[in-house]
Amino acid sequence: MAKSPPTAKDNNTRRFVFNAWLLMLARDRFALFAAIFLLVLVGVALVGSFALEDVATKQNLRGRNAPPFDFNKDWIFWLGGDALGRPLLARIFLASRNTLMIAASAVSFSLIIGCFLGLIAGYTSKFFSHLILRVADVIMSFPSLLLAVIILYMLPPSVINIVVVLAITRIPIYLRTARAEVLEIRERMFIQAATVMGASNKRIIFRHILPIIIPTMVTIATLDFAFVMLAESSLSFLGIGIQPPEITWGLMVAQGRPYLTTAWWLSFWPGLAIILTTLSLNLLSNWLRVVLDPQQRWRMEIGDQKNG
Amino acid sequence: MTNFLIKRAVTSALSLFILVVLVFFLIRLTGDPASLFLPLDASEEAKEKFRDLNGLNDPILHQFFQYFSDLIRLDFGISLRRAEPAIDSVLRGFKWTLQLAAITMSLVASLAIIIGSIAAFRVGGFFDRIVTFFSLIGASAPDFWIAIVAIVVFSVGLGWLPTSGTGTVFHWVLPISVLFIRPFGLILQVVRGSMLNVLSAGYIKTARAKGVKDTAIVFVHGLRNAMLPVITVIGDQAAGILNGAVIVETIFGFPGVGKLMIDSILQRDFAVVLASIIITAVAIFVMNILIDIIYAILDPRIRY
Repeated sequence: MAKSPPTAKDNNTRRFVFNAWLLMLARDRFALFAAIFLLVLVGVALVGSFALEDVATKQNLRGRNAPPFDFNKDWIFWLGGDALGRPLLARIFLASRNTLMIAASAVSFSLIIGCFLGLIAGYTSKFFSHLILRVADVIMSFPSLLLAVIILYMLPPSVINIVVVLAITRIPIYLRTARAEVLEIRERMFIQAATVMGASNKRIIFRHILPIIIPTMVTIATLDFAFVMLAESSLSFLGIGIQPPEITWGLMVAQGRPYLTTAWWLSFWPGLAIILTTLSLNLLSNWLRVVLDPQQRWRMEIGDQKNG
Repeated sequence: MTNFLIKRAVTSALSLFILVVLVFFLIRLTGDPASLFLPLDASEEAKEKFRDLNGLNDPILHQFFQYFSDLIRLDFGISLRRAEPAIDSVLRGFKWTLQLAAITMSLVASLAIIIGSIAAFRVGGFFDRIVTFFSLIGASAPDFWIAIVAIVVFSVGLGWLPTSGTGTVFHWVLPISVLFIRPFGLILQVVRGSMLNVLSAGYIKTARAKGVKDTAIVFVHGLRNAMLPVITVIGDQAAGILNGAVIVETIFGFPGVGKLMIDSILQRDFAVVLASIIITAVAIFVMNILIDIIYAILDPRIRY
C-alpha cells in the first residue's frame, strides 16, 4: 500500500508517507472497511483455505444440504452444508483461494502486457500504433465465451486456461488507456528536455513516462479485478470455466442451482461472497482515484468526511 | 463527416474480416461435429460420409474460400442442428435480444441520467449517499446470482412471475430487471461524476446568478455537457447486452442470440456460430458509428 515516491530513500520519509496513506484511508470509512475486508479475505485465502482443506472436501452424506444457522453444530457448519454434506463455510474459504488467484493473475498479466503494448503504441511509429489498435479491436469484438470454449477443448482442464482467457480479453482496456495517457504525456516539456539531453526511447518510456501512468493503471486494475472476478464466475457458472474438482465461488453458485427450491443457501452464500468482494474492490478503487489525483487529494487530507 | 463515416466503415469491415477468419479457423479446433451429431456407436464409414456430405473433409483453405464466397452473396450456410439457413435461426434470436437490449437500455439510460443528476446536484446529501451506495452494490452484483435469487423469491416463493420462457408481458419482467441492475449502477456513477465536473464550471455559476431555476440548470445547461462520457458508457453497456446476455438468456430460457450462440458452440454448429458472431458484430459496429454521430450533435466542437 505504501507508494513512496522513488526519491524517498530514507526510512523516516517512508514511514511518513505510509502514515499519510493510512490517515487518508481512515478518513474514508467505506474504503477503510473495504480494505480491512480485503485484507481478511487475502488472509483467509492464504492461510484458512489450506488449514480447512481436509474439512472442506470430507463428505458426510448424513448431513446433506444441512440448513444454516444451526448453532448446535460446529462453527464450520453455521452456514449449512452442501449436497454432499460438506460444510459451506469451509468450501467458501477453500474457493476463495482459486477465485482470488485467478483474478489476480489475469489482472497482472493483462496489466503488464497491456501497459507495455500501450506504451509502444503511444510512443513509436504510426504503423505499429495502428497495428496494435486493430488487434485490440478484434480482441474486443471476439466473444470471450467462444475463446473460453476453444481453450477448454484444446488444452487439458486447468486453472491456467481460464487465466489465459480472462487475461487476453482484458488486455485492450489497459492498452487503450496507456496509449491515450502516453499520447498526452509525450507532448510535455520534460519529455522534450529528456530527448534533447539524449535519453534513449527505452529510457524515456520506462523512466519518464511509465511512473506517471502507473497511478491510473493501478486504479483501473483495482476496478478490473472486480470485473474479472465476475467474468470468471459467469464462465464457471456456464460450465466453461473452472472444472470440478477445482472450485471457485461462481462454480459453487452453479452447483447449488439444482437445489435452489429446497436449499437456497447452497447458491446464496458464495454469491454473497462475490458481491462483498467486488463491492469492497469498487469502494477501494473509488478511494484510490481520489487519493492518486493531486487535484482531489485535499478532500482526504483535510478532515472532510464527505467522500467524492 | 462523410469522409469520417467512410473511414469508420472501412476499418470496421477490416476488423470484421479478421474476426471472421479467426473464428472460422479457431472454431474448427473445438472438435468434430460428426462424433457429436451421429450416435455413439456410429461406424467410421458413417462418420466419414457425414463429413463428406457437409464438406468437412475438404482442405481447410478450400472450405474457407467456399464459405467466404458464399458470405459475400449473403449466404451464411445451413445450420447442422436445425437444417435451415443459419441466418434464419440467428435473425429469429437476434430479434429477441435486440428488443431486450433496447427496452433495458432505454430504462437504464433515462433513470440513471435523472437520478444521477439529482444526486450530483446535492453532493454529500442524504439522497446522494443512498444513491451512491446502492449504485455501487448494483455495479458489484453478479447477474447470474441475482437472477437465481430473483427466481427463488418472486417465482418460487411469492409466485408472482413465471420462472422462464416467453409469451406474456410478465415473462419480460425478470430478465429485464436482472439485466437492468449492473449497467444502471455503472452508468449512474458516470452520470454523477460527469455532472459534478460540469456543475463546477463557470457558466453554471453564471446561470445560477441570473436566477435560472435549479431543474433548468441541471437538465438543460448541465446535462448536455455532462452527456459525452455517459454516452460512451451507455454504448459499451448496450454492446455488452447485445454480445452477452448469455447468462440471463440461459437462466430464463429466453430464445435470444446469446443463448443460440453458446448452444451452437457446444453443438459444433459452425455456420450458426459464425452467423451470430457476424450479425452481433455488425450491430455493434453500427451502434458505435451512431454514437460518434451523437457526439458530434451534442458537442458542435467535435469535428470529424
